[in-house]
Amino acid sequence: MSKFTLYKNARLLDPASGLDLKGELLTEDNKILAFGKTVDAPKNAVSIDCQGHCLCPGFIDMRVFIGIPGADYKDTIANTGDAAAAGGVTTVCVQPNTDPIIDSIAHIEYLALRAKDALVNFIAMPAATKQLEGKEMTEIGLMSNAGYKTFTDCSSTIDNAAIMNRILKYAASFDALIIQHLSEANLSKNGCMNAGALATRMGLSGIPTAAETIILERDVRLLKSTNCRYHASQITCNDSIEVISRAKSDGLKITAGVAVPHLSLNEYAIEDYKTFTKLSPPLRSEEDRLSIIKALKEGIIDVIVSGHDPQDPESKRVPYEQAEAGVIGLETLLNVSLEMYHNGSLELLDILAKITCNPAKIMGLESGILKEGAPADLCLFDLNTPYCIDPEKMISITKNTPFDGRPVQGRVLITVVGGKSVYKYND
Amino acid sequence: MSSAKATSLPAFNHKHLLGIEGLTEAEITQILDLADQYVDQNRQTDKKKNLLNGLTQINLFYENSTRTLMSFELAGKRLGADVINMSTSSSSIKKGETLLDTASTLNAMHPDLLVVRHGSSGAVKLLSRKVDCAVLNAGDGKHEHPTQALLDALTIRRRKGRLARLTVAICGDVLHSRVARSNIHLLNIMGTRVRVIGPPTLLPAGVEKMGVEVYHDMIQGLKGCDIIMMLRLQTERMHGAYFPTISEYFSLYGLDAEKLSHAKEDALILHPGPMNRGVEIDAAVADDLAHSAIQEQVEMGVAVRMACLDLLTRSKRETS
Repeated sequence: MSKFTLYKNARLLDPASGLDLKGELLTEDNKILAFGKTVDAPKNAVSIDCQGHCLCPGFIDMRVFIGIPGADYKDTIANTGDAAAAGGVTTVCVQPNTDPIIDSIAHIEYLALRAKDALVNFIAMPAATKQLEGKEMTEIGLMSNAGYKTFTDCSSTIDNAAIMNRILKYAASFDALIIQHLSEANLSKNGCMNAGALATRMGLSGIPTAAETIILERDVRLLKSTNCRYHASQITCNDSIEVISRAKSDGLKITAGVAVPHLSLNEYAIEDYKTFTKLSPPLRSEEDRLSIIKALKEGIIDVIVSGHDPQDPESKRVPYEQAEAGVIGLETLLNVSLEMYHNGSLELLDILAKITCNPAKIMGLESGILKEGAPADLCLFDLNTPYCIDPEKMISITKNTPFDGRPVQGRVLITVVGGKSVYKYND
Repeated sequence: MSSAKATSLPAFNHKHLLGIEGLTEAEITQILDLADQYVDQNRQTDKKKNLLNGLTQINLFYENSTRTLMSFELAGKRLGADVINMSTSSSSIKKGETLLDTASTLNAMHPDLLVVRHGSSGAVKLLSRKVDCAVLNAGDGKHEHPTQALLDALTIRRRKGRLARLTVAICGDVLHSRVARSNIHLLNIMGTRVRVIGPPTLLPAGVEKMGVEVYHDMIQGLKGCDIIMMLRLQTERMHGAYFPTISEYFSLYGLDAEKLSHAKEDALILHPGPMNRGVEIDAAVADDLAHSAIQEQVEMGVAVRMACLDLLTRSKRETS
């Protein structure tokens, strides 16, 4: 017998259609059955009073690192799933740099097996080159045909132009998507923060924005002849935004993402060598951060990711230069992004689009949308009540967040995956 | 008697000395004034004081050093402290112990002063958060080397009578130099006019925002200078080509008699040592006693470090 759940008294938000309506939504088992001002629900439907809070599609996070297999002291799949649920994230896209690296169908299936009991959907993003070495292509064709069409070397840049050219050509014939990490190896070598006056004062080696833009410009040039689908993983500077904007108006199949820290922090967050602010690419200047916000507003940047990357204390309690890059982010994807709504920079639906329908469209997922028949992956959140981020209350095992103590508005109340409630906020 | 003297002197408002940035003009003057007294003491036959009797000073050096380590050791011993040296070659640091584990280990031994040199910028500050005693930065990566800047300032002040309104040129490998950064901070605080001279590849990005004038032509840059601070070319920190050849570098940026003649007639030459003769400085110029204050810097180093050790333990000595 079908199981029905009725979400009453909700503010329904669907970025894909622009819907913003006080109403109700009904799910049947793992699908959305109906929604609108009122819906006819069967008598046996379980009713949930949303108390006027926002109900939208669950979030899709295109850049999540997990420790399994290979580094289970950092986190576990179950814990990543729990943290995702607490952040309203219903689909996490797993980066391939596990040990062993996800670069074949066998590895994808292994992950699927390990993740089958997790609270949220785990989708593997296999490597584009074997062992993430940037030398030999992985089995892009076989994996594409098996339904895994998104390839990335995650934190490594495919540096060799000839190999990148071949990958783009080859992947295009399977309509696959190549996601590139933008960091030219020689310009970023030994660097650990944004190049400029602050790095000079702190005595740290800098990574210029050119390290990012050079790779992007090169790839755009290659896209013109290969016509492959391409996604710039994390944009951090104005120069790159100009390149993306031009490539889009030239009709190339290019999209771009940004990570939450880059849209909410600038290089000064490093303060006294706080290693929880070390990222690849690094935090940039305030001018660049403002350009990112503008590009999000103008639709030049399509996606917001958390870049969730757990690092154990031993990797962070060392001098800044030696610290591992990466911050956790699943539980700060929504609340920190909503700052752009509360300070008037972006419309609410525009922000939500970057974490729901846009990534769904890029990755070819059925979720990320309120639609009859779509997966019942949902997030109910309180838009307004203020609170301060407390790492101790986070579910992630590691606490490497740069947002410790930050005042935010936007709290996930309920997360639903495939019709099942997987998270409920308890005060 | 010495402790009675300490109580009569003003306290120093910092627990640690991690950098010049953050110090005030008055605090720098306080250190230099006190160092002046120690210069006199060090020139006497009996150089020893019992000011730091009973206190333990550990010199923790993650990078090789001869002169700075010796200078700190001598400074501590002349003030009566028990001084222990711990360097990378002879310790568990080599065995992979983390910086913070070493810090807690040392902290458990109740040192009163920890003098630390480390190859990574910010490492000394990180360590200072984990220990209870006063920490002195003896150089962290490319960040700061505060006692070097203080000893340079003392050398200049004794020779020129003041720091304000002088023009100082810092020449050479500014990019890799913590000495340059500490000096830029200190000289700016003291109202000195600062220039940096070097090839664009050896000047760090945005250095002009630190309050300096930038020159790539050494002769132009030296014009009207009272003080020339030469920096050691830190080839060990260089990964890749920053300039074509040593001979081109020396020809364009090495200090020789000809280039020196463009500075003021009574210009003073400083170098933090060790010198690369024939690379950044001509041997004859380095030994020219009319201009070179390089030996004097070494003498001032001990005095400045004594002053720092004195000031950082002052509150502790008063309460005990």
